Amino acid sequence: MNWILENSGTLLDETLVHLELSIPPVILSFILSVPIGWVANRFRWSRAVLLTVAGLFYAIPSLPLLLVLPTLIGTSLASPVNLVIALTLYGMALMVRSTADALAEVDADVRQSATAVGFSAWQRFWQVEFPLAGPVLLAGLRVVVVSTVSLVTIGGVLGINGLGLAFTDGLQRSIIAEIVAGIVLVVVIALVLDGLLVLLGRALMPWQRSTREPSKRALRKVVAVS
Amino acid sequence: MNFFSQAFAFLLAPSNWASTAINPIGTRLVEHLWYTLIALVITAVIAIPIGFAIGHSGRGRGLAVALSGGARALPTLGVISLLALLIGLGLRAPIVALVILAIPSVLAGAYTGFDAVDRRTIDAARAVGMTEWQIVTQVEIPLGLPLLIGGLRAGALQIVATATLAAYVGEGGLGTFIFLGIGNNDFVTALAGSILIIVLAIVLEILFSLLQRLVVPAGVRAGRAKNDRPGATRTRAAVGSPLQEGSK
Repeated sequence: MNWILENSGTLLDETLVHLELSIPPVILSFILSVPIGWVANRFRWSRAVLLTVAGLFYAIPSLPLLLVLPTLIGTSLASPVNLVIALTLYGMALMVRSTADALAEVDADVRQSATAVGFSAWQRFWQVEFPLAGPVLLAGLRVVVVSTVSLVTIGGVLGINGLGLAFTDGLQRSIIAEIVAGIVLVVVIALVLDGLLVLLGRALMPWQRSTREPSKRALRKVVAVS
Repeated sequence: MNFFSQAFAFLLAPSNWASTAINPIGTRLVEHLWYTLIALVITAVIAIPIGFAIGHSGRGRGLAVALSGGARALPTLGVISLLALLIGLGLRAPIVALVILAIPSVLAGAYTGFDAVDRRTIDAARAVGMTEWQIVTQVEIPLGLPLLIGGLRAGALQIVATATLAAYVGEGGLGTFIFLGIGNNDFVTALAGSILIIVLAIVLEILFSLLQRLVVPAGVRAGRAKNDRPGATRTRAAVGSPLQEGSK
């Protein structure tokens, strides 16, 4: 406990850097996944191909990916950019599937009605399909946030700042308090960001409170896959 | 790209596979697979019965969901470091960490498998006089098997990835090459280790996805082929639509 009080400055600094590293991959992976997920959902063949690629990508362990990426894209090993790109790729691996599933869940009758009353394909996507896919998209994004926050710590092995340093430093110097503080802070950041997403979802999708939840089947898919 | 050719040269050099090498690749690979197998078996023995119990009784599902959500937030590196300090360096700390981290996936696979079974199927099984035990073993387990294998697949991947960190607390496995490489500023060795682990993980993923397809019960597969018709599910307007015999 004393150790934590004496080093609260370092921990606070690591926490802030951790946040800075966690948020960009989540936003980037969401933005990039929407078009890819749309393509995946659009054609039968593209669904099979894109979802298989995403699945295999998600299978790649994080530390080896962090070591292979610099050779491919020319970043330096200890660069935060390297970490952000790797985490964006992981986020996309999860989000592309969620987006495809979310769009597939939109009722075909609703889609046809929108076309019937004169929506263009573009309008129909943004005003009908995307909002209706919202709850499943949100469920996917929540998984991405939590796993990203936890994966940022792997950067510690390569000397990238963030709460991962609390683990490497704590192990080297045998300070249990430092490791425990690091774990607790990571979990707290993950839960806080997750909670913020839930609130954001309520603000953006007010109709959800009055109507039924998104189909359980779709949500279960999201949970089972991750 | 030069690094890649060097890394492949490292992987293909017979001297790096010979038992006289300091880190024979074959030995480290077998270690890695061995840790993965031990951890997966322990995880399965703990998580599957609990998952089945939750799935069958429907009790404790909220707790299981919260647990698997919370466990995803746990940083692997932190858990391994903490256990290494608490239990001491050696094989036990990484194995315990691997099991803790893989339990949620397998647990989720086990109970969502039961959850996904149509309630009417279970009611029907009860109605024809099956005992609860028969319902579990002959209806729920076979029907939930694909999702259970999915959970085991997620757990196994998690374990293979995390077993890399076993080398971080000094216990071998393929992570050895990565940590030796990082420590000695020998990027080629670290890259070679990374490539091996990535290939291993992808092979495992493919094997498990094939297995997942194989365990779908024959009855489910036959039924699905018939019912899985894309397109409108409503009955067509009567006008101009010929009466189709046998449909609906």
